[in-house]
Amino acid sequence: MSNVANEKIAAYANRLGDDSLIHGHRLSEWCSNGPFLEEDLAMTNVALDYIGRARNFLTYAAELIGGGATEDTLAYERDCLEYTNLLIYELPKGDFAFTTARQYLLDEFELLFLTALCNSEDSTLAAVAEKSLKETRYHLRRSKEWMLRLGNGTEESKEKLQTAVEQLIGYTPELFEVDALEKDLISGGIAVDRAGLEESWRSACEKTFDEAGVNMPQAVWRVKGGRTGFHTEHLGHLLADMQFVQRAYPGCQW
Amino acid sequence: MNMSTMNLNRSQDEAELEAEFQRRIDNEEKIEPKDWMPEAYRKNLIRQISQHAHSEVIGMQPEGNWITRAPSLHRKAVLLAKVQDEAGHGLYLYSAAETLGISREELIDALHTGAAKYASIFNYPSLSWADMGAIGWLVDGAAIVNQVSLQRTSYGPYARGMVRICKEESFHQRQGYHILMTLMEGDERQRKMAQDAVNRFWWPSLMMFGPHDSDSEHSGQSMTWKIKRQSNDELRQKFVDQSVEQAEAIGLTLPDPDLRWNEERGHYDFGEIDWDEFYSVIAGNGHCNRDRVAHHRRAHDEGAWVREALDAYENKRAAARTA
Repeated sequence: MSNVANEKIAAYANRLGDDSLIHGHRLSEWCSNGPFLEEDLAMTNVALDYIGRARNFLTYAAELIGGGATEDTLAYERDCLEYTNLLIYELPKGDFAFTTARQYLLDEFELLFLTALCNSEDSTLAAVAEKSLKETRYHLRRSKEWMLRLGNGTEESKEKLQTAVEQLIGYTPELFEVDALEKDLISGGIAVDRAGLEESWRSACEKTFDEAGVNMPQAVWRVKGGRTGFHTEHLGHLLADMQFVQRAYPGCQW
Repeated sequence: MNMSTMNLNRSQDEAELEAEFQRRIDNEEKIEPKDWMPEAYRKNLIRQISQHAHSEVIGMQPEGNWITRAPSLHRKAVLLAKVQDEAGHGLYLYSAAETLGISREELIDALHTGAAKYASIFNYPSLSWADMGAIGWLVDGAAIVNQVSLQRTSYGPYARGMVRICKEESFHQRQGYHILMTLMEGDERQRKMAQDAVNRFWWPSLMMFGPHDSDSEHSGQSMTWKIKRQSNDELRQKFVDQSVEQAEAIGLTLPDPDLRWNEERGHYDFGEIDWDEFYSVIAGNGHCNRDRVAHHRRAHDEGAWVREALDAYENKRAAARTA
């Protein structure tokens, strides 16, 4: 494969790794903060899956980049502007309703996305997708169940869930944005055409929202920019936290 | 039959039951939840198991404090898995306590009011990444010594819980030791960080075994009932003996000038623990006493609406099924 193609695949793997890493980080913030011990355990379990997924994508990106890059140089030595995760992943964890709604919206998306990525011409990406898909099926079972519990639980839980969805909805269109890099990789059979997933995603979500008795709003406001490094203010703080040791003691092995 | 004869008969029955109970204990039979047991045995077990469960759960905080800051993705994943195990251990132990007729809600209330304790070691702060190493190696190491012994405890559900927990704890201790080993192979600042963590956690780890046997409030009866199988001082000695060589192997110094091999005893001698510090931290003078409980209470309170929603949902579903 040509170097140009390698560079593009590296950038693609890198952004998928960023999505997983930032999402895993947010979930890991629930450790010792869950509503009860079983949920604490479940959320750190899901966080662990995302960190594992991030490591697979970033290790692959680093291999393609070469020149001494590793999963850790990618995770710990890039600043906010160089991170390419989508914005929805970096939003603060919020309350349990916010975390549940985000997880559910993303699980439905990832189910479709990873299913498609399993067919990638790139065998490493396909293999990571296959492993991740198993996890996502389990995550979705759980997040969907919680959507129903919160939506059909008490007035308070329903209201909190509705509020969370409204806070999130404007970040969902970015999940389906295809930029020039992905367009190129789609034509090579390597990347997933995310734009093509939106309809199935929406109808799956609407079905669950309906069962949960919550309205799925239209995205009348839309915020974008993650792939080009145009982030929310939250990411810088997340990175300050995540990268602290590596930044304070550069060049060490841990 | 008059009242006093009835009372006499009851206490005779009780005495027989107690004798039979002690005979089973002496015979190394496990006591199971439905078996008769003296009320004091039940109380003693609830106290010990709940303290153990709370320790696992509160122990998630000092380590959770470093999950988001772990210095490599590998370390982050291992630490996450470890803290997740601790939560799992908390669950087994709460379940074991529940077999004695107390609810999770009551157990958590007791933690919040201070009626139930957790291991005082978690009142010490985790200040550097090396503390994840020291906690894994020393704190989990001390816990394992205690828990290995408790695999033979007389109460069945507790003993079986310990067997599962011990399997996982040895991985925890290795991950802690490996963190320190890597730091000791690193640069001057990293070695200093590792040594500093060991300096801060060594003595509190020795305190984890509790007061000297001669001063231990609950020890005598617990040994007779075989809730405890080895004394505080025996277990502490075992821990010191195993730690000295492990420290030497990676170039760490244990902060005790009196630590030396005693050929005659076949054990390491070590200095006297600062018991004033021990009792002072238990009494509330540790850095984190207030934070740990407040953190747990906050998370519990913030989760109240979630638990209510879950109950309401389950009730609605149950009602729909019977309708």
